[in-house]
Order: sequence, then C-alpha cells, then structure tokens
Amino acid sequence: MGLELYLDLLSQPCRAVYIFAKKNGIAFELRTVELLKGQHVSKGFLPANSPQMVPVLKDGDFVLHQSVAILIYLSCKYQTADHWYPPDLQARARIHEYLGWHADFIRGTFGVCLWTKVIAPLVGVQVPEEKVKRNRAAVDWALQLLEDQFLGDKAFLTGQRVTLADLMALEELMQVVALRNDVFEGRPRLAAWRGRVEAVLGADLCQETHGPILNILEQAANKQLPQIPPEAHPLMLLRLSRIP
Amino acid sequence: MGLELYLDLLSASCRAVYIFARKNSIPFDFQFVDLLKGYHHSKEYTEINPLKKLPSLKDGKFILSESVAVLLYLCRKYSAPSYWYPPDLHTRARVDEFMAWQHTAIQLPMSKILWIKLLIPMITGEEVPAEKTEEVLAEVQQNLKLFEERFLQDRMFITGDNISLADLVALVEMMQPIGGNHNVFQASSKLAQWRMRVELSIGPSLFWEAHDRLVKLGEWDCSTLDPSVKERIVDLLQKFK
Repeated sequence: MGLELYLDLLSQPCRAVYIFAKKNGIAFELRTVELLKGQHVSKGFLPANSPQMVPVLKDGDFVLHQSVAILIYLSCKYQTADHWYPPDLQARARIHEYLGWHADFIRGTFGVCLWTKVIAPLVGVQVPEEKVKRNRAAVDWALQLLEDQFLGDKAFLTGQRVTLADLMALEELMQVVALRNDVFEGRPRLAAWRGRVEAVLGADLCQETHGPILNILEQAANKQLPQIPPEAHPLMLLRLSRIP
Repeated sequence: MGLELYLDLLSASCRAVYIFARKNSIPFDFQFVDLLKGYHHSKEYTEINPLKKLPSLKDGKFILSESVAVLLYLCRKYSAPSYWYPPDLHTRARVDEFMAWQHTAIQLPMSKILWIKLLIPMITGEEVPAEKTEEVLAEVQQNLKLFEERFLQDRMFITGDNISLADLVALVEMMQPIGGNHNVFQASSKLAQWRMRVELSIGPSLFWEAHDRLVKLGEWDCSTLDPSVKERIVDLLQKFK
C-alpha cells in the first residue's frame, strides 16, 4: 500500500496538501473523509487511533497529522523543487516565520465563516452576531497584515518564488473568498498575488481543488448538502462554542 | 554587533528561545522588552518587529520573529547537536507535527489559564465566569491526554531517548499556568515524570532561572499598568464571557 492522503477538500489545510501533491506529481491514494457527513468521527474512515482531524498522511505504517508537517515531509521525501521549501537558512526561516504567525492569526480565524454560514444552520444553531462581527474584524485585520507586512511589494509571501507558505495562505484565503465577496476590495496587491500563485499551480488544478468550497453556498441554498449525522453533532457544537 | 535576542521571559515562546540559546552556549545580547510595561508597543521595538511580537532575533541585518522559526534558525546556524531536530525523515516529521499542533492545542489554552487564574482578576478586578473556566480546563485536559497518547507514548522524550525542540517548546508552554498557581502536571504521573526528565536534561539551574519572572508574576504591582494596555485587557475579558 503506497502513500495515502486522508482529505476533505472543504478543509483549507487539506487543499494545501492536495494541491502540493498533485502539482508535484506525487502518486497517492486519495481517501476522502467528508466532514459534513461526520466521517471524521465515524469508525473506518481515518487510520486507527487517529485524532478526529484531517488532513492525515499514511505512508506504510507511518501516520502523520498537521498540514505543515505533511507538506515538509512530502517536499523532503519526494525531493520537490527547491523553491517550495528552500534549503537556504534565511529563506527557510522566513517560511517558518510566516507559518508561525499564520498558525495564530489565520488558521482558525479564516475557517469560521464556513461554520457560521453553513455548518451552524445544519446543526440547528445560530452563532451570535457579536461573534460573527468579531470574526469579520479579525479576518480583515489579518488580511491587512498579510498584504502589508508579509507580502509588501514582493511577488510571493517570503520572496520572489512561490513556497509552502503561499499554499497555506492561499487555501485559507479561498475559504473566505467562497463565503464573502469583498476579500480583495482595496487589496490589489493581495489580488495580484493570488493570481500569481494560481498561475504557478495552473487553472485546471485550481478549479479541481477549489471547486467544492466555491460551490458550497449554492449547494447550501439548494439544500444539496448532506444531513449531518447525530453522532457528529457534539463535536460540531463544541467547535461552534469555541468561536471567540 | 553580534546576535541579539529580544525577549521577555514571561512569554513561553521567549523562554524556549532563551533556554535553547543558553543550553547550546550560543553567544547573544539579551534585549529585555518588558511586556508588563507595554514596551513591545514602543517605537523602538516596532522598528525591530512591526508586528510587536516577542521573541525576535537580530543577526546582523537579518531580523526574524516567531519562536519556531528562531529555534530552527539557531539550531542550524550554530550546529546544535542533531537530537534537537533529528535528521531522520519520520522523527523530524514528528517534531514538525508537534510544532504545528502546539500553537492552538497547547500554547493558547495554557496561556488562557494564566489569564483566567491571575491576570484578568488582578487587572480588572473581575473573575472570569466559572463556566468558561471549566471549559478551558477541560480543553487543556483533553489536549494533554492527546499529547501523552500521540507524542509521548511510552518514550522518554517525544522523539525517543533524547530531548528535542518539541519537548522544550511543550514544557515551557505547559509551565505558563504556574504563574497563576495552577499546576497541570499534577493530573498525570506520566506527564510529571516527562517534565522532570526535560528539566534535568536542560539543567535545573537554567530551567528555573528562565522561569523566575513567571513564578514571581503574582507579586507584580499592576497599578503601574499603562491605561491603554489595561483597556486592551478589559476588552480581552469580553472574549471570555
């Protein structure tokens, strides 16, 4: 059994792993774990003894979580082009610097809109307006810092070539793009950066990877989303309660 | 001008960097940026790090923030022993996995305990609602269980027989509630034993020196707190309600 990747393309870190593996021609068995069907809490979908999260990598007996760790592992094992995770000391440091900030201010924050607009209604909950407003402000603040402090006038977040940092950022951004329509207003440099990253990845791969999340609101409106099974409700409610 | 590290040892991220540099005899100038006095918002520091976060590293013209980035940079530049960040693909991946997971799973909730138990009551005079406190403590307990099951298992340290960056980061973060007299190690003898091993590996003298400011936080006279900082903290309390 070769490399297996347990993913749901509705999840930002899953998309980063998927797009990286595909772009680099890394052969893998896709194991889809549908979060909206609660498959991450059901038996049989994730590797044994796994925490209930995606993405997961399984390479023989070796099981790995956390998209950043997975991306680094894949880049090393499959010896992808240097620019993704440059060997140069300072260039590599800049990627980890971005990813550290990203973990605190982007991850978690950018995913909230899917929870408030799509998942909460499916479990019969309404997230308080105060929390929605707070999240919106947090997203806007992070977007501004992303554009001003990290991107600046550079082509990509940490330099002149695309890296793992850009993939992680792009996929978080796509989550908000799918659920709001004003992300790039007044942020021309960010818009241009998005275009550049997508140009590197290729239109077809972007369409394939981003399709599900970009369609989510339409699917919700047409009542085409699956019923979330009762056993997944407690975990979802817990996640919703943790929205600051 | 040699290596400069901008630190306040109240911060777990700063302690990790400090302990690593000292343990590996990396020469540096300790630039104290007093969080309690709000100096991370000062004009001087903002020029070093516009994001106003600690720790920062300044190596000649190269300025770097984010503790994981700084630790990896120091590890490589100063050729620290390989057990800190093992070269084996799978072992290294385990360290990377922990370093990614810890931001939200360990650092954030541990820091919340300190705010809830000490800083918020001290600064605002108000207690955080018991329900919220219970929630945070439950989350911490759950994540410590995951830490033991996934990262520690039956090993001496996260990667096996030696300390690594992951153990260092894990421990300094789990120490944060001690500032508010809350000891997370009491719940599990396995965790307490691992804690002792990491402390011994670092060296108790260095370990406790690094934690001195945290341990004495309860004695801080917060009446000297800058009003704008106090305002921000009162805002923070709203998020806990």
